[in-house]
Amino acid sequence: MPQIITAREAAQLIKPHSRLLIGGFLAVGAAEDLLDALVRENTKDLHIVVIASDYEQRGVGKLVVNHQVSSAQVSHMGTNKEIQNQMNNGEIHVELVPQGTLMERVRAAGAGLGGILTPTGIGTTVEEGKQVLEINGKRYILEMPIAGDFALIRAWKADKAGNLIYRKTARNSNPIMAMSAACVIAEADEIVESGVLDPEQIVTPGIFVNYLVLHEPSASQEV
Amino acid sequence: MTTDKRVRIGKRIAQELRDGDFVNLGIGLPTEVANHIPPGIQITFQSENGMLGAGGSPEAGAEDPDLINAGGGFITALPSAAFFDSALSFAIIRGGHLDITVLGALQVDQNGNLANWMIPGKLIPGMGGAMDLVTGAKKVIVAMEHCDKSGKSKVLQQCSLPLTAKGKVSLIVTDMAVMEVNPDGLTLREIAEDYTLEDVIRATAAELIIPPTIGKF
Repeated sequence: MPQIITAREAAQLIKPHSRLLIGGFLAVGAAEDLLDALVRENTKDLHIVVIASDYEQRGVGKLVVNHQVSSAQVSHMGTNKEIQNQMNNGEIHVELVPQGTLMERVRAAGAGLGGILTPTGIGTTVEEGKQVLEINGKRYILEMPIAGDFALIRAWKADKAGNLIYRKTARNSNPIMAMSAACVIAEADEIVESGVLDPEQIVTPGIFVNYLVLHEPSASQEV
Repeated sequence: MTTDKRVRIGKRIAQELRDGDFVNLGIGLPTEVANHIPPGIQITFQSENGMLGAGGSPEAGAEDPDLINAGGGFITALPSAAFFDSALSFAIIRGGHLDITVLGALQVDQNGNLANWMIPGKLIPGMGGAMDLVTGAKKVIVAMEHCDKSGKSKVLQQCSLPLTAKGKVSLIVTDMAVMEVNPDGLTLREIAEDYTLEDVIRATAAELIIPPTIGKF
């Protein structure tokens, strides 16, 4: 059973140089309380894995603005000038990964796979330095799994067994990130007793979740 | 880009859609297509952040913070909508389940190569979902201005910017022309009503195949 802790306690688990898998898409479905607490702890040299670097004041962008990130695997940075500036001045090392490839690489780590084969990126710079395999006449790039020390995810409702459901497009990468980290911290809008959520509707089963944090609407900067 | 040009491009691409198609529209200009769906045909729009059945913008005050499109704008969900995670979303995209994707471009060339994710040393937003979309969709349509701000052609013999995908574009619709990528090369299909053949040839750096009959749009 996951332990229920505060955002501050959760942030204190995270040490410098940790690899963080962070759920959300343009800050929708981002664990804003956990990110705010991590900003307050000012933990440095973080490696982040996230679909997009969000905005400077919302989502994972807050960690970037506070100079806590030393490397990132991300698919889109167009909404956050600060990460582009820090990449250009050498402060952050960025690996740009096609979004679908990023998801499958993270999923592979949690699913016990040694890698994935994808046609995405063939004939582009994404292919450079990687093994390309031809299978039944079609070329695929071998992409390696991405695992995290921690996953910071955001759910709509959690039960005390750690089973999670999500709301609308706030689901996005959260169920994937939840599969592939040694320690998974889920921030939920609501935490209910076990048995309240319909087992048919569970998206992330509690086996993946180590800690639950109750989201405090007033505590975060979301709009 | 002027509204007229946006509408022209959006309208023309909308004519490519068939009843029942599943379609993903890229950020920016491609979203204009949704405003011109011909009457009587039903299209299901996918948003790569995890939904099918994406609807238009909500009324002011009715925005749902958990319901956005891939560009971050608030949208609505149609009664037929489904939500899913990002891995499933890209399984739909990469797995060949989408009929059409419409994307913007920095450059496109006569071999159907597309460049739309970075300008080295200048602008590096990242590819987001574009590489997967171009790789997986059954039909890739490019929507863009024919020339860049300095008047240089964006329809080239060979892209000079880093590619998004190789040989995947099948139709290019600009404010000046409709061009089709075939095994023989790039064929001019239609010219916008206020341009001449000479205008299009002058504004196109690619080698254009000029068939005996060319339509107007």
